[in-house]
Amino acid sequence: MARSPAHDPLPAIPISEQLSDTPAVATGEDLTARLAAICGPEHVLTHPDALATYRSDGLGHYRQTPLAAVLPGTGDEVRRVVQTCFEAGVPWVARGSGTGLSGGALPISEGVLIVLARLRRILSVELDDARVVVEPGVTNLAVSRVVAPTHFYPPDPSSQVVCSIGGNIAENSGGAHCFKYGFTTNYVTGLELVLSDGTVVELDRDDPGYDLLGAFVGSEGTLGIATRITLRVIPAPEHVRTLLAFFEDTVSAGEAVTGIVSAGIVPGAIEMMDRLSIRAAEEATGAGYRLDVGAALIVEIDGPEEECTTRFEQVKTLCTGAGALEVRAAASAAERELIWKARKAAFAAMGRISPAYFVQDGVIPRTRLSEVLRRIDALSAEYGLQVANVFHAGDGNLHPLVCYDGAREGEPERAEQLAGEIVRVCVEEGGSITGEHGVGVDKKAFMPAMFSEPDLEAFQRLRCAFDPHGLANPGKVMPTPRLCGEVPGPYREHPLERAGLATRL
Amino acid sequence: LSEAVEPTTFEEAAYVLASAGANGSAVRFCGAGTKAGWGAVGAEPSLELRTGSLDRIAEHNAGDLTAVLEAGVPLARAQAQFAEAGQMLALDPPLGPDDAATLGGVIATADSGPLRHRYGGVRDLVIGMTVALSDGTVARSGGRVIKNVAGYDLAKLFAGSFGTLGMILSVNVRLHPRPPRRVTVLGVASDREVLCPVARALAAAPLELDALDIAWRGGRGGLLAAVSGADPRARAERAARLTEEKGLEQVDIADDDESLWARQRAGQRSANAALVRVAAPPSLLPEVLRAADACGATVIGRAGVGTSYLELDPESVPRLEEELPASARRVLLDAPAELRSAADPWGARNGPALELMRRVKRRFDPAGVCNPGVFVGGI
Repeated sequence: MARSPAHDPLPAIPISEQLSDTPAVATGEDLTARLAAICGPEHVLTHPDALATYRSDGLGHYRQTPLAAVLPGTGDEVRRVVQTCFEAGVPWVARGSGTGLSGGALPISEGVLIVLARLRRILSVELDDARVVVEPGVTNLAVSRVVAPTHFYPPDPSSQVVCSIGGNIAENSGGAHCFKYGFTTNYVTGLELVLSDGTVVELDRDDPGYDLLGAFVGSEGTLGIATRITLRVIPAPEHVRTLLAFFEDTVSAGEAVTGIVSAGIVPGAIEMMDRLSIRAAEEATGAGYRLDVGAALIVEIDGPEEECTTRFEQVKTLCTGAGALEVRAAASAAERELIWKARKAAFAAMGRISPAYFVQDGVIPRTRLSEVLRRIDALSAEYGLQVANVFHAGDGNLHPLVCYDGAREGEPERAEQLAGEIVRVCVEEGGSITGEHGVGVDKKAFMPAMFSEPDLEAFQRLRCAFDPHGLANPGKVMPTPRLCGEVPGPYREHPLERAGLATRL
Repeated sequence: LSEAVEPTTFEEAAYVLASAGANGSAVRFCGAGTKAGWGAVGAEPSLELRTGSLDRIAEHNAGDLTAVLEAGVPLARAQAQFAEAGQMLALDPPLGPDDAATLGGVIATADSGPLRHRYGGVRDLVIGMTVALSDGTVARSGGRVIKNVAGYDLAKLFAGSFGTLGMILSVNVRLHPRPPRRVTVLGVASDREVLCPVARALAAAPLELDALDIAWRGGRGGLLAAVSGADPRARAERAARLTEEKGLEQVDIADDDESLWARQRAGQRSANAALVRVAAPPSLLPEVLRAADACGATVIGRAGVGTSYLELDPESVPRLEEELPASARRVLLDAPAELRSAADPWGARNGPALELMRRVKRRFDPAGVCNPGVFVGGI
């Protein structure tokens, strides 16, 4: 049964929350005509060739062709597009630059893909208040560029040249500098949102009331679309020192990390690579990494000059104390670039070692590293597939790369299974199924490994408060599809509320 | 209030809450009660659920810089344990009489202190949470690792929710290393147009300050900048030079600065007068100070964050409302009961955001029994 929200019979509860079934479905042609009227026909794509680009995001093995892709040019066009979808009862998926690694922007065949790439204006730069206001399609790097050289925007996912701030908000993106500087959620201070019924909501970090802004960041496009975003930026560190240390094995590199953290040092970045990822990265970049070692550790200390210098010397001593075979301190910006070049190439470089690979994203309590790597080794041997490990060592975010050959019968499936086993190991060791890539479609089957049914049901309450019809990115995050029931029982209005008490303070 | 219950397990807490939900009887959650007067004056609840026996520090994973604490743990006790490992929860609000404030209360009110400048507030330090809802559900969100994006971040929703969504049973937090040394740069000015630009310059300098506060009263005030680390002295001297160049007087560096910051924290409470928390962009700080002077208010402020605490005569509160810049958000915290029941401490709030908050409330507390009436918009 379908009914239109406009005829909702229960005025006491907001219109959009009353319906547990979706409104009337319009025909595809009707809908695209209406979308074209809003955004211009050139910004509504329906031809299969034009839609080819949009069939998947950064996780290419999930593909789906949407009814249409629409590219609104302003926040108000986004609102009208969403409202049109609501009136037609058509679900939608929002997409930024499409670099996500969990299939979060995978289209749905019976839905509309709302592409935010045209909303790329930087609306204001207010360095006196250390903030910038941007549209969702602005790239991550553009934010840091516009506030340079005095300030910077710390979250720096490796796709930062192309990935969009809107996508970063959906995924609560991290990067290599999270251990010291935090995540996207720590930097968003204001949002203009379009909810799935077309309502526009303004949220500010300082508003009294529930932290809806905090709940929205990281919600993977399931609560609405952010159309205007205020970000906090911070003073750029005046000094950066980077070192590269080589170790016999990951155990001793792990001990160096423990030593650094125990000494109360908070590096801007600590990255670990194992033997296989070093080999791949070195072959790809010729950055000068040693190939006779079991692990490499990049430690970067940034901040005020005096503190940086003291801490950097301590880190060198701690690495040596943990048995480093060699410690190289970058003496110039060029040397620093070279150290990072290999690390940044690590994922792509696996192509030299293996025809194909899955990038996994799990988190473990950092102190469980040795045990987890031992278990990954055992799984690797059991499956007969190589696994390379790249690790954000400060915050325990592990990126195992599971290598396979797609031409070999059954190997992709086994590789996928192995990648899944690794995630389960992370959860068993007290960690998480995802540290920065998100749940999307890729990890939703693993949610029950981390959360019980009551936990998932509590998540669903939030989703239903924002999107009771399930029109915003349905089929993502939750392991099984679920609907929003009506709120049981009447809402009890407090007498003060009923009295319409409006006196300020 | 007809009954007070102090559950010893999560299940017991959930059971009691579910019973209240089924009967439709209003429940108030209570830790040490140091902020019991905050919020709107709601209907007197028939049941008080106390967290006093949920007071275990379940985990302190020093190597992972995380901890799991039940809601009734006094923050001071947790800090003492973290300090033994050279760590801290970077949350330093005033803790009330006998430092009794509990984690649950601090988190439910999203209270904070001077360290908010560097480490953010409650929302930035809580990485997971276990809550009980009024239908008896016990739900966990987040995790025990500092980096985690699985599932919705319900802890953010419950932080600062004043007990209106459910009962916080336990929280997972991220810890930070306790800095080996800290010193504080001080300076004074008798012109807000001199003081405020210095604060802005310090906030924009790459000094990694721990805290950046001002104190202001009657057209005169000072600035405090905490510098910590392995060797903070040289950096403090740089900050002091900047402060002096920009026109502050009596610039000094205090090695023994604990009492200075204790005084700042104390300024976030008022025993006999009214205390209003004002949030405005840092560039509006001169306007906030001007309004404070006009109303005879004493100000303690987080100059980099843009949050100020104004203590003033309760009778001057309506005047303050007129004097403050329109974009400043204000919340009445401490105040005599007459003032709190005569006016909405949250300020009137309307529009789609409030409507969305009501929807959230209805979903999480469909029975409407969790601390009804104390929150924004009468929620």
